[in-house]
Amino acid sequence: MYVAVKGGERAIENAHRLLANARRGDQGVPELTLDQISEQLGLAVDRVMSEGSLYDRELAALAIKQARGDLIEAIFLVRAFRATLPRFGASEPVDSGAMRVQRRVSSTFKDIPGGQILGPTFDYTHRLLDPSLAEGFVPETPATAEASTAPTPRVTDILGRDGLIESSPQAEDGAGVGDLTREPLNFPADRDLRLQNLARGDEGFLLAMGYSTQRGYGRNHPFAGEIRFGEVEVEFAAEDVGFAVPLGSIELTECQMVNQFKGSATEAPCFTRGYGLAFGQSERKTMSMALVDRALRARELGEEALAPAQDEEFVMSHSDNVQATGFVEHLKLPHYVDFQSELGLLRKLRQEFSEAFAKANAPDAMKEAAE
Amino acid sequence: MTTIAELPPGFADKVLSAQSTFRSVMDAMARPGSVQRIVPTAGTALTMMRGTAAIALTLFDHDTPLWLDARMTEASDVVKWLKFHTGAPVVQDSSIAAFALISDGGSLPALERFALGTNEYPDRSTTLILQVDSLDAGRGFELRGPGIDGVATLHASIKPFDLFERLRVNEALFPRGIDLVLVADDAVVAIPRTTRVVNKGS
Amino acid sequence: MNAPAYNFAYLDEQTKRMIRRAILKAIAIPGYQVPFASREMPMPYGWGTGGVQVTAAILGPQDVLKVIDQGSDDTTNAISIRKFFAKTAGVATTTATIDATVIQTRHRIPETALHENQVLVYQVPIPEPLRFLEPRETETRRMHALAEYGLMHVKLYEDIARFGHIATAYAYPVKVNARYVMDPSPTPKFDNPKMDNCPALQLFGAGREKRIYAIPPYTQVVSLDFEDHPFEPYRFNAPCALCGTENSYLDEIVTDDQGSRMFVCSDTDYCEGRQAVGHHGSLSAAPYKDKAGPHG
Repeated sequence: MYVAVKGGERAIENAHRLLANARRGDQGVPELTLDQISEQLGLAVDRVMSEGSLYDRELAALAIKQARGDLIEAIFLVRAFRATLPRFGASEPVDSGAMRVQRRVSSTFKDIPGGQILGPTFDYTHRLLDPSLAEGFVPETPATAEASTAPTPRVTDILGRDGLIESSPQAEDGAGVGDLTREPLNFPADRDLRLQNLARGDEGFLLAMGYSTQRGYGRNHPFAGEIRFGEVEVEFAAEDVGFAVPLGSIELTECQMVNQFKGSATEAPCFTRGYGLAFGQSERKTMSMALVDRALRARELGEEALAPAQDEEFVMSHSDNVQATGFVEHLKLPHYVDFQSELGLLRKLRQEFSEAFAKANAPDAMKEAAE
Repeated sequence: MTTIAELPPGFADKVLSAQSTFRSVMDAMARPGSVQRIVPTAGTALTMMRGTAAIALTLFDHDTPLWLDARMTEASDVVKWLKFHTGAPVVQDSSIAAFALISDGGSLPALERFALGTNEYPDRSTTLILQVDSLDAGRGFELRGPGIDGVATLHASIKPFDLFERLRVNEALFPRGIDLVLVADDAVVAIPRTTRVVNKGS
Repeated sequence: MNAPAYNFAYLDEQTKRMIRRAILKAIAIPGYQVPFASREMPMPYGWGTGGVQVTAAILGPQDVLKVIDQGSDDTTNAISIRKFFAKTAGVATTTATIDATVIQTRHRIPETALHENQVLVYQVPIPEPLRFLEPRETETRRMHALAEYGLMHVKLYEDIARFGHIATAYAYPVKVNARYVMDPSPTPKFDNPKMDNCPALQLFGAGREKRIYAIPPYTQVVSLDFEDHPFEPYRFNAPCALCGTENSYLDEIVTDDQGSRMFVCSDTDYCEGRQAVGHHGSLSAAPYKDKAGPHG
């Protein structure tokens, strides 16, 4: 006699316990602390904060620990927590020009006011596995110097002074900043929403999209005008106080791409902009984002939009890894009811095919055909 | 002049009162013509019925531009109460309102002056909340449409008297249109844009 | 650390208000997909986040909740969602269709006829019935605005030209109140007739795609078809092996590695209810051999 499967509830509880054990691993090995994750896996924390849309190193570290190092799972945990937080308003725009810069490079000029600052980067490391890191490694004390007091103006502002680059597109006065986590998204979407979507977007997806523009699918002739990483102040203008209140400082990476533009009958040729911004040190992310932002401006700049990276609906609908992983992975949920319907239909189609086939090949039919 | 401390209170239990009120309004909208009761009470200013107050606390917030008719606007306590408890921005332009509160049905503006939505986004339309004298006695109206098993009969005493004639505009506009919520004290009846009404007389 | 503290039924009140407003507009415009600012939920997209948000927005302490997936109360995801609401809202839960005031479902409509005091909440993966014919939202929105559904009819007619009948077995499109073409979610077309003139309110939530739509009670829901090719619900030519009914949607259970199969009700509450009052099926695996196909 057949008995329908039962006991799903216990199976779930047991699976959760097993997961907790798998997460902890060998209990003879010391447990990771959140400080260790935050301090020693800092770039993972940065990514989880960026794509999780929540600047909180400790929570991001907790999410990474809870997710067993699966960063998309960690981003999901942070997002789900963020969704329940009360929203007080939008901060004042941060001034990246006043950033306390730890790293700043421009590929468009040999030297720039305020100087190029290499900072902590993998760029010129030789990618040789380093056995000395395996245990007990103590790095040399970093070289230090008196902080320069010279201003570090944005490279795009330098170009802007001569009108060589388009002025940064401005929103209408009094237009609030869109928030796709609070308002349903409509197409076509304005640039604020596109940038928010890209900032939350999956680094791998943006990397592939940005890369595709470099290979000719919507080429936009990019130069890395400037990439800067450092600390900026965040201020909040509280209505009843009447002035902006400092909330603290956050680490940001900003990338400004400088791209070619032919100009038009009414506009002199000038460079155009692509913009990328992310929490923490996230250079690959911001550079990819800047390429894709520029590609998505095709419509606004009167360019033909034929490549995937220029297709706003395509990019914005598929950039979010929490959405994407959910829908891809949901295929492992039971679908046997639909499958049964398909099975029934397929059997019917095969039956009909087999009958028609038999009829067509029956002696009578052959004869008719021969006549 | 009323200070905030003197304003009548909102719901005693915000979460469960809003849920209960919403279910009454949802049932009303799903079953046009049926009279639903709103159980939770909140302190209200005189011009606003308790049903209206509960609906306001349940559905209004910073994201819902609100239009008030002259009688509501003149009652400064009502405006303060709404502002304090819901945060909804009060707008002069009825065509951008998510909700409109009407206390004096006799001077209801032409329905076309409210947001009717677009064919692409018919949901971007004003929901009218109209206070009426009675939803259990008065003229009889026959209602048909989605949510109604055949015909529903509503007895109500409503101003403007030609309300349902005016609502006929919904037939031509669909899927655009006006959705209406009638309130009499704690009773609620909804007439969504799909409902067709025949006046049966008295 | 910012320790989480969660509200009744998980969602914060602002989110509930937003969803509630969307539900009211959805009811007022039957079959139209209302965009809403779907939140990230503590379960993944694809696991029913749309249905969960709708349920969370309507659920109250007086409700009795039933959750089914594939027609069964005991599938893991149904259990998980039921536990979520039992924990966050403290509501009573049931497996009996007749006792539930709110039923959240994935892929099925219960066999037991629904009544007026019930709300059926569907979990929807892709709410746009035209999506697989036209991937662009801007285009499909225009088609709905103009009630321009020729593309759908062409697709269905191509099926007829090729197979002799419409080859859609689930998520079979319907027209609601003679206006909007609507995706019923991936329910088998067997369930489509239950949506028509249903006494219960039907709400649909698509979390990842950020849409809510509705069918009010007693609303006309017609499965798309042609005069010469009318809609035919899927029929089984076997009764349920456990309760003997000939009127329910059946799951096919493979019982050994020799191709033997049996058919049992997908709606476990319905099947158990029938057995409890003395109905019985063959109780044994009825061998089923696939006879179709020209090559055996």
